[in-house]
Amino acid sequence: MRRQIPLALCFIAGLFMAVQYFIPHPTVQDTYEIVLGWLQTLLAFAFLLGTVSLIRMHFHKIRNRADDRAFSWVTLLGLVSMIGLGFLHPQHQLPGSPFNLMFLNVQVPIEATMFSLLAFYIASAAFRAFRARTLEATLLLVAACIVMLGRVPIGDLIHESIPAATQWILNVPNLAAKRGVMIGVGLGMMATSLKIILGIERAWMGGSD
Amino acid sequence: MLADRGLARVGRSGMGSVAVVTIAVALFLCAGVALAQQDGDIETAETMTEEVLQPLMPPTAVTAVDTPNDRGSSINVTWEHSPDSESGTLLGYSIYRSAHPETGFAFAGRVPFVQDNYRDSGIGDNEPTYYRVATVGLDGRESLSETFGPVEAFPQWFNGDRINVMVAVIIFVIAIVYFVNAARSGKDLFIRRLAGLDEMDNAVGRATEMGKPILYITGLSTISDVATIAGINILGEVAKKTAEYNTKLIVPCADPIVMAVEQEVVKEAYAKAGRPDAYSEDDVFYLTRSQFAYVAGVNGIMVRQRPATILYMGMFYAESLVLAETGASIGAIQIAGTDAVTQLPFFITSCDYTLIGEELYAASAYLSREPILLGGLKGQDTVKFIAGVLLIVAVVVATLAATGVIETNFMAPLFVTG
Repeated sequence: MRRQIPLALCFIAGLFMAVQYFIPHPTVQDTYEIVLGWLQTLLAFAFLLGTVSLIRMHFHKIRNRADDRAFSWVTLLGLVSMIGLGFLHPQHQLPGSPFNLMFLNVQVPIEATMFSLLAFYIASAAFRAFRARTLEATLLLVAACIVMLGRVPIGDLIHESIPAATQWILNVPNLAAKRGVMIGVGLGMMATSLKIILGIERAWMGGSD
Repeated sequence: MLADRGLARVGRSGMGSVAVVTIAVALFLCAGVALAQQDGDIETAETMTEEVLQPLMPPTAVTAVDTPNDRGSSINVTWEHSPDSESGTLLGYSIYRSAHPETGFAFAGRVPFVQDNYRDSGIGDNEPTYYRVATVGLDGRESLSETFGPVEAFPQWFNGDRINVMVAVIIFVIAIVYFVNAARSGKDLFIRRLAGLDEMDNAVGRATEMGKPILYITGLSTISDVATIAGINILGEVAKKTAEYNTKLIVPCADPIVMAVEQEVVKEAYAKAGRPDAYSEDDVFYLTRSQFAYVAGVNGIMVRQRPATILYMGMFYAESLVLAETGASIGAIQIAGTDAVTQLPFFITSCDYTLIGEELYAASAYLSREPILLGGLKGQDTVKFIAGVLLIVAVVVATLAATGVIETNFMAPLFVTG
């Protein structure tokens, strides 16, 4: 029963979700909307679950005096202080409230810093990818140089055909490869969904017996 | 003399009378001319006004039908353009509806004069409705068409525009069931080698030998994303191996529902491997929903715990390169798998092996080697082959139709859905 009930629930829910795509009748579509609403409710409870998991893990780290427990203190203090500031100030979302000040002056700049690291990582990844050690890497290097030059004004100044070559690379070989991958992805998604609905794929519940 | 004087007197008085009469006649004539001129002006103005304010011609052939393949409450009204639509004097068409053919017509909507149809939404189902369409002039005048009706809106139980999708799904199901049964009966099914998945055993073994953990990341997406589910399926197989080798597995999650499922999957895998004691809930934990806070957290784990192996299996966004480059910087062996086309180049650049697109979905079957799952995989490949053949035929037919060799592109409806 421990396996049959989840499998039956998965089959019924999966079948309903698949069938509703073909049935525009309000009886079915309204039910679909209700189910989507349930998902939001479920998510709200799941966030509680996530917070409990976060607190428990860091609490265990502090209790066990793990080497990196200082980070756990920072995490828990951050969590408690932001929740506290949110409750202390009833209009916490308004500009000037302590919660809002902390969000705008601590979290936003830190996230922006992390995001801006991407530019440096792109440079280091490009350096690794463009080393012309093989034929494929050389082709990649040449294509990348053409595309980069075609995207800036100097490309047109070097040769008028570079922007056109850039567009050709993006619209023909690049797009063809992307569409090929996307067709495979679409079919793979369908197959995976069907296998889960039909109970063939059971890895999500720990695999078959 | 007297007579002369009298005549003269009479003559003087007669001359005065004539003058008065002449002036009077002249004035009369002037007035008459003036009045006649005024009359003429009025007649000209009236003629001109008649020319500008000619009655508008209403649209013709007004029809209304229930909107097909919808959830009801909607009627499609169509008409043929008024002859005035090309004169530049029309503003548009107003649509009126009523429950009675003669009276009670209420305004339903207005469309520009170039449009010849209107979808009237928000009306009651199974209620007889009558329609009239009016041409609307630039001066606001309207000219109503004949009444059309009655027509009723009603919901459909099947979307006929999606019949091609349904046929494709049925073929898909048949192919998968057929190959699953073939696998069950012991038929040998060939699956091409996937280098990234072949390397999975070595990657787990490397971490075991080095005494370092394995970091498993399923991305930022939710459980409703099939790529995340595929990542969770692979996690089950990886967890079995880490349980067997007694290697620590760290799974930081960005979604609490995904975390709950992953905890269960890893717990089950450890139990199956006969090592339920080795499972720790603290190893599969929630980090944060925030994208770059998650990146900061995972990067922190990477540089502090220095995992020997990092596996990225699921849906990734802009964080992919930051994660993969940090992983490369600590010398971890990295295997990625994603269906996010835009992130694939980053993983290919920074990781040792990358599962591209559909290979992610095949991974669970490939790793487990369960015949039933391999059957499903074979069915998927068969449908992909059929789809490929259909695409080639469709391209040829479309090219022939575009160049005029054949009249119509009869393959087009196969690829269009409503």
